[in-house]
Amino acid sequence: MSTSNLHVTRTSGATKTAALLGLIVLIVLVAAPYWAGRADMRLMGEIFLYLALASLWNLMAGYAGLVSVGQQAYVGFGGYMLFALTMFGGLHPIAAIVLAGALGAVIAVPVALLIFRLRGAYFAIGTWVIAEVFRLSFAQVSALGGGSGSSLPVGIVRSLASSRAGREHLSYWLALASAVIVIAAVYFFLRSRNGLALTAIRDNELAAGSLGIDIWRTKFIVYIVTASLTAMIGALIFLQKLRISPDAAFSVNDWTAFVIFIVVIGGIGTIEGPIIGTLIFFLLRETLADLGTIYLMVLGVVAIVIMLKAPNGIWGLLRSRFDLELFPLSYRVKPNKKG
Amino acid sequence: MAAFLQLDQVSKSFGSVTVADGLSFEVGKGEALGVIGPNGAGKTSMFNLITGTLSPNSGAIHFDGSNITGHSAAKRCRAGMARSFQVPQPFSGMTVFENAMIAATQAGGMQGSEAEEYCIDVLEQTELLDRANVLAGGLTLLGRKRLELTRALCAKPKLLMLDEIAGGLTEAECTSLVQTIKDIHGRGVTIIWIEHVVHALLAVVDKLMVIDFGSKIAEGDPRTIMESPEVQEIYLGIEADA
Repeated sequence: MSTSNLHVTRTSGATKTAALLGLIVLIVLVAAPYWAGRADMRLMGEIFLYLALASLWNLMAGYAGLVSVGQQAYVGFGGYMLFALTMFGGLHPIAAIVLAGALGAVIAVPVALLIFRLRGAYFAIGTWVIAEVFRLSFAQVSALGGGSGSSLPVGIVRSLASSRAGREHLSYWLALASAVIVIAAVYFFLRSRNGLALTAIRDNELAAGSLGIDIWRTKFIVYIVTASLTAMIGALIFLQKLRISPDAAFSVNDWTAFVIFIVVIGGIGTIEGPIIGTLIFFLLRETLADLGTIYLMVLGVVAIVIMLKAPNGIWGLLRSRFDLELFPLSYRVKPNKKG
Repeated sequence: MAAFLQLDQVSKSFGSVTVADGLSFEVGKGEALGVIGPNGAGKTSMFNLITGTLSPNSGAIHFDGSNITGHSAAKRCRAGMARSFQVPQPFSGMTVFENAMIAATQAGGMQGSEAEEYCIDVLEQTELLDRANVLAGGLTLLGRKRLELTRALCAKPKLLMLDEIAGGLTEAECTSLVQTIKDIHGRGVTIIWIEHVVHALLAVVDKLMVIDFGSKIAEGDPRTIMESPEVQEIYLGIEADA
């Protein structure tokens, strides 16, 4: 039969080149403490943390269709857990980050059971309300500084590394590792059988359900995993800031609006989208930072233009034009080479 | 012998619109049942009730020995049902091959190269193999209908439900479609096929059922049914008064 002349492949020239380039970039980034200045490293650390947040929001909203505008709930929760676990639990900050992730998953279960009853816009509003409940609750905890917040004691900061440079390098590497781990986790998940199911849900829930995919369960798992990892990123963010307050920890602007901007302009529902979106966001921010509020207006205009002209984002535009893919997720049926 | 699929007094209405009105029928294992009826008779709604996309207001549905009335669409699929949609529902952002892979891995329970080879075989059967790497959203209507059949077949069902897949095909395409469905039926797969292209239907099915206003009007030997006065009325275009 003629089918024996065909084979199925998931890699291509572009994905192999991308993997090689990705590896080189990663090595250069790991070595940053030897070539970059302090301010650059600080900026890059921030970029990595946003990249991780955006990749997680993309998995949840772009693939599972859970358009949450309340992920600041988990960023803030993670941040506060870092402070509570180190100050009152006596944990090492890195152990506290891991435990914050586990606690984030635990707290996300009842939240999911509640908000999964809502659909579409009601779901989005519901997530925001939950985040406000989190903010108001943490503002009541006087041991954590109540409404005005608190700073991480010097002793805990010193436990990371004794020298200032050592701490800066460590926090840079932690941010880089978080972005790499999140993107790798998203990639391997999407490549798996469950990832195929999730991509099907992204495209058509009716058909996905009638092909045996348990939509509720798949979305639930994605929500819990996303919440857990977002809490860990939150802990890391406030380990760098060294100070936390309810308004900063649960800021919808910082931890959700900017993240949505990144994902939408980059290309929602693709792994590459958040990477491109993060780079563009920081490019705009660094070049327009001196303009004050005009900067935010420019961001708004950019978002509107891209949504109108390229609804699938910049990566969506490139992909449809050049049939390009950097992460080998798709299947290609190819004829076998002769001989 | 107990029926493979059994509907018992199934009713469903949306306000004053009744799509199923005390519908009862059985399909035996390995049987092929054809379903005809005028537009709006409730044929697709019947599929939605069987597959779990709709849940009935009353009545019960039994499949392969268990009561599935309260089960989700996904659970019914895993029990061995697969359907095609009358209005195609492709995974638009994925390729034709990936659409097939989802059915094979999620519903068909296959993995790795077994699933890949199975999908290639089915795509060849449904004449979509040369479009395997195309995004499903870019297919023509005919291509999308073929993709519906492809996905249903890749799910390796025990009960295959087809919803108007022959409409719009040329004579030659229709003949090859009939052959494909005959082959599947020959392997012992139970089939329910809703179709307006009656000659295609008659080439495959063992039994024919006529539905109108959400209830069964007639059921039995295909030739006898086609010659009955009610069906003549419907298919000669004469107003069929209730």
